[in-house]
Amino acid sequence: MKPVTFNVWRGDADGGAFATYETEISEGMVVLDAVHRIQAESAPDLAVRWNCKAGKCGSCSAEVNGAPRLMCMTRMDDMPDGEPVRVEPMKSFPLIRDLVTDVSWNFEVKKKIRPFKPRPPDADDGTWRMSQDDVDRVQEFRKCIECYLCQDVCHVLREHQLHDGFIGPRFFVHAAALEMHPLDTEDRVEELAATQGIGYCNITKCCTAVCPEHITITDNAIIPLKERVVDDLYDPIRRLFRVFRRKRT
Amino acid sequence: MAQAASSLTTQGFGRTRRRDRWWVTPLAIFLGLSGFVVYSTWAAFQGEHYHFGSYLSPFYSPEIFGSSPHSLFGAVPAAWPVWLPFSPALLILWAPAGFRFTCYYYRGSYYKAFWADPPACAVGEPRKGYRGENSFPLVIQNVHRYFLYLALIFLVFLSLDVWNALWFTGADGQVAFGIGVGTLVLAINVVLLGGYALGCHSMRHLMGGGKDHVGDAVFGRAGYRCVSCLNRGHMRWAWASLFWVAFSDFYVRMCSMGVIADWRIL
Repeated sequence: MKPVTFNVWRGDADGGAFATYETEISEGMVVLDAVHRIQAESAPDLAVRWNCKAGKCGSCSAEVNGAPRLMCMTRMDDMPDGEPVRVEPMKSFPLIRDLVTDVSWNFEVKKKIRPFKPRPPDADDGTWRMSQDDVDRVQEFRKCIECYLCQDVCHVLREHQLHDGFIGPRFFVHAAALEMHPLDTEDRVEELAATQGIGYCNITKCCTAVCPEHITITDNAIIPLKERVVDDLYDPIRRLFRVFRRKRT
Repeated sequence: MAQAASSLTTQGFGRTRRRDRWWVTPLAIFLGLSGFVVYSTWAAFQGEHYHFGSYLSPFYSPEIFGSSPHSLFGAVPAAWPVWLPFSPALLILWAPAGFRFTCYYYRGSYYKAFWADPPACAVGEPRKGYRGENSFPLVIQNVHRYFLYLALIFLVFLSLDVWNALWFTGADGQVAFGIGVGTLVLAINVVLLGGYALGCHSMRHLMGGGKDHVGDAVFGRAGYRCVSCLNRGHMRWAWASLFWVAFSDFYVRMCSMGVIADWRIL
């Protein structure tokens, strides 16, 4: 057991300050354990959202020493020795209280993405046939636990607050999972460019860096979607081909 | 419990509560890319010492017009304006430069290192306004796939240069097969540039990434898997090929200037 100092944000939308706490840390503890110990020992009114403590529910997203992290997956023995640990809420969403933010904007955004629309079944028994490669490609995106750390670190939302015209990396992953699905028949490309702001992404790969599920967000989801946007909107030769093809049919 | 007055916001250039050395990577990229741009610009404007025997510097390949035996269409056309500086490299370097400039990996890197947009993840930016690649001028980056097509043509010429670098003219005027250190330098250059260009994100899109059924692509699933494999190391290919193409020019230049002697292995 060793004492460690924590600077934890206390406050709400009207303002607040970092409060300093000291608590004992033992081997194997994560930041969320320490926050719970602070709650138990000295700050029972400290607001923190959590659920599974196993990195699977995506509830305990926060910023630890300035880096967006899941508190339950941030080990205390990875923290620098002898320095206070700073814990604060995510920056891209409105603060409710202490470490809890209002992430409901994300739920509204998700509703705007066209849902899955499969082609008619391939077989009489109502089933489909898919190639394993095609399934594997979109399977990666289904690992997302919706912790919104990618949304938090994305500078388009965090720094520029372009929430009205940009859906953020989480929903590009969602759109990619649908758009690349071998059964899906819906076309989301035009909306991605026109109203969902994929052009705002400048490929900094910060979303990929913070993803606790190690989804290769930028390379496997965003850039392939950007390329599909180029197909539809910015590639003159492809457009020409499309015109000729239409004329022939 | 002690209260320390502070603000939750970290907006403002360079402001962050990150405690790691976040500035190291953008600084290294800034120095690396700046060094390459300075050297390649200098080398391109030289217009001499770009060939040595059967070796041709990749900065000058293909040599469309020029004074070396590698020139495809002979000497500089007489119509070339006297006031305009001429170097064979200036006729072609815009294509590979455009390919790198519009490359998805480099874009992300130089937006951070040169524009501080952002300087690093979760670090404050110098500007409030932001348009990204949504509108002019950065919307032009979408031309990347056309530069890829040009880069593939360049790969063919660079491969031919390696073939040419396997043939040496002896003192008796006879041409014989051989391998020199320069041959290996130029061959490694093609391998690295090939790994970089063939693993490009636009290439991946072309090879099936743009389709919902990868198997429908021209080269089928195998092609997509192969490009995806190269794409996973795209950053490493990008840097290795950038360094080596400059080194290849440097090697040929040093041989041509007589500073070093090319060692014949075979």
